[in-house]
Amino acid sequence: MADYKGVLICGDVVEGKLAAITGELLGCGRKLADTLGEELSAVLVGSGVKGLAQEAIAQGADKVYVVDDPLLQNYQPDVYVAAVEKAVKQVMPKILLMGQTSVGRDLAPRLAFRLDTVLSMDCVDLDIDPDSKLLLQTRPVYGGNARAIFTTDRMPQMATVRSKAMSALEPDASRQGEVIEVPAEIDESVVRVRFVEKVKEEVAGVKLEDAPVVVSGGRGMGGPEGFQQLEELARLFKGAVGSTRPAVDNGWVPSTTQVGLTGKIVTPDLYIAVALSGSSQHMAGCSGAKTIVAINKDPEANIFREAGFGIVGDWKQALPAFKEKVKELLAG
Amino acid sequence: MDFIVCVKQVPDPEAPPASFKVDPAANKVVPPPGVPPVISTFDEIAVEAALRLKDAHGGKITVLSLGNNLVRDVVKKPLAMGADELVLLEDPAYEDGDSWSTAYALSMAIKKIGAYDIIFCGRQAADWDAGQVGVGIAELLGIPTVTLAKKVETSDGKVRVERVVADGYEVVEIPTPCLITVTNELGEPRYAPLKGIMKAAKIQPTIWKPGDIGVDTAQVGAAGRRAKLVKLFQPVKEGKCEIIEGENVADAAVNLAKRLREAKVI
Ligand SMILES: Cc1cc2nc3c(=O)[nH]c(=O)nc-3n(C[C@H](O)[C@H](O)[C@H](O)COP(=O)(O)OP(=O)(O)OC[C@H]3O[C@@H](n4cnc5c(N)ncnc54)[C@H](O)[C@@H]3O)c2cc1C
Repeated sequence: MADYKGVLICGDVVEGKLAAITGELLGCGRKLADTLGEELSAVLVGSGVKGLAQEAIAQGADKVYVVDDPLLQNYQPDVYVAAVEKAVKQVMPKILLMGQTSVGRDLAPRLAFRLDTVLSMDCVDLDIDPDSKLLLQTRPVYGGNARAIFTTDRMPQMATVRSKAMSALEPDASRQGEVIEVPAEIDESVVRVRFVEKVKEEVAGVKLEDAPVVVSGGRGMGGPEGFQQLEELARLFKGAVGSTRPAVDNGWVPSTTQVGLTGKIVTPDLYIAVALSGSSQHMAGCSGAKTIVAINKDPEANIFREAGFGIVGDWKQALPAFKEKVKELLAG
Repeated sequence: MDFIVCVKQVPDPEAPPASFKVDPAANKVVPPPGVPPVISTFDEIAVEAALRLKDAHGGKITVLSLGNNLVRDVVKKPLAMGADELVLLEDPAYEDGDSWSTAYALSMAIKKIGAYDIIFCGRQAADWDAGQVGVGIAELLGIPTVTLAKKVETSDGKVRVERVVADGYEVVEIPTPCLITVTNELGEPRYAPLKGIMKAAKIQPTIWKPGDIGVDTAQVGAAGRRAKLVKLFQPVKEGKCEIIEGENVADAAVNLAKRLREAKVI
């Protein structure tokens, strides 16, 4: 254990920029490193990512390891895992954090098994145990019905972090840090899973994850037509439309709109839940909303245990009247 | 082509959240009385993924499940859907494992099964939501793996997979033998026809104890855990919903909008 030191976060780079989760990882990693009295490092992996190192320093990193290689242009797991493994072996951190993102949730378990350690995915809370100095890893389990705290004495202690669960630091451009380049030394021959193409499916308008108001519909919408009404309501608020899994599985809305444990995590000011029951797996994606409003015809639905305000009734009668009144209030 | 599908028996994740209970002293979930366990949702979709390839190209599907006190009607469901064989790693020693000890036992069983082209797993189990066992098996076997598949097609020994990402999907190619984890976007699993249920009733599962797959009991289940569960608890909910009334639903909806303005929510 003596050989392992400090905290390392693996940054997420999306379309040439540090993703929001990277700042959240740095914020959380900074706290853990300070508690341990050790260093916080970041590793950035990709093609043309070197220029982002300074930004990671401004957000809290003491050192930034950069693995920059054209072969890392698109996410290909075999090369990515090799690149990150190399950096981790150079840093030898006690704690290794990644984001619970498209890349992180695929890469982290590969890496954990390669490094012969264990991993807690989708953590919402991380802390240092005052006695053992081990990482206390808190994550939702049973679809969000319960939470579990794990520890391990295998090094590095690995966790992925749920988006929006941690706060980023205010960037400080005057912060000093060291940038270390790690040659990737990988070639095409390690690629077993070959990237062919990416197909974007995002709906136009405000991004669901960033929307201040989210209007979500569930199985009770009964078809794609109902979602048009939700779309109109969302537009009044300059918000976005979300959905539950059955709405996606039925093909009423694209899968990019799914909110929940296996969908997107949203933390809007207002979440309007229409004709959805409020399953724990769905709430896992929206319980961070400031205010939840429910429209459901079943007074016993679980959503009424989660919402701040609600009406009991058929959305077909409720929505048009609600929309009109909202329009009037927002105009006046 | 030959397929292996790993499935897990779990407490029904769709049981009402209000019925969910934790025994804090034992750090364990108390299964809701009268609610039978099920095959974890995504694992059933993994069975569906294998069946679609079998429908198109022929082959054999072996279902593999690890646990203890496995309910036969539950773990036989994949057979009723159309899978061919069932191997159970069933022993008290396999209980309460973590992702590592579970993936290790399953990988050793897969070595014993021998030949296969594709292993399918669900993206995560509906109880612990750990999301690692599939990838772990592939790493331990040293075979390539793709996660979160929503479409799987094969031609000339190559597998083409569409995998779900936050803003759409990626198309990737992977050689066999390989492991693929699937997500719900693949589509609904098929119903088990009556004929299938009757066929499944006649199939005897093969049962392998730790000794049968060449593992030491210290490496599986609770004994083999590397992650220690310190505490399991239910987060407290305030649960105070203000129900807005009205003369009818439309009227209540108008009152709701007014109330939200009053509370400065909108
Ligand atoms: C491991 C796992 C992961 C999962 N991940 C997710 C996830 O990420 N996101 C997700 O959403 N789900 C997820 N699920 C599925 C989840 O368990 C539920 O099945 C799902 O959220 C239920 O969706 P729903 O509320 O739309 O449907 P239902 O539970 O069927 O609820 C429909 C509701 O609509 C109401 N209703 C019907 N008609 C009307 C009407 N005319 N007017 C008003 N109300 C009406 C009903 O009263 C009911 O409450 C996951 C499940 C598992 C096992």
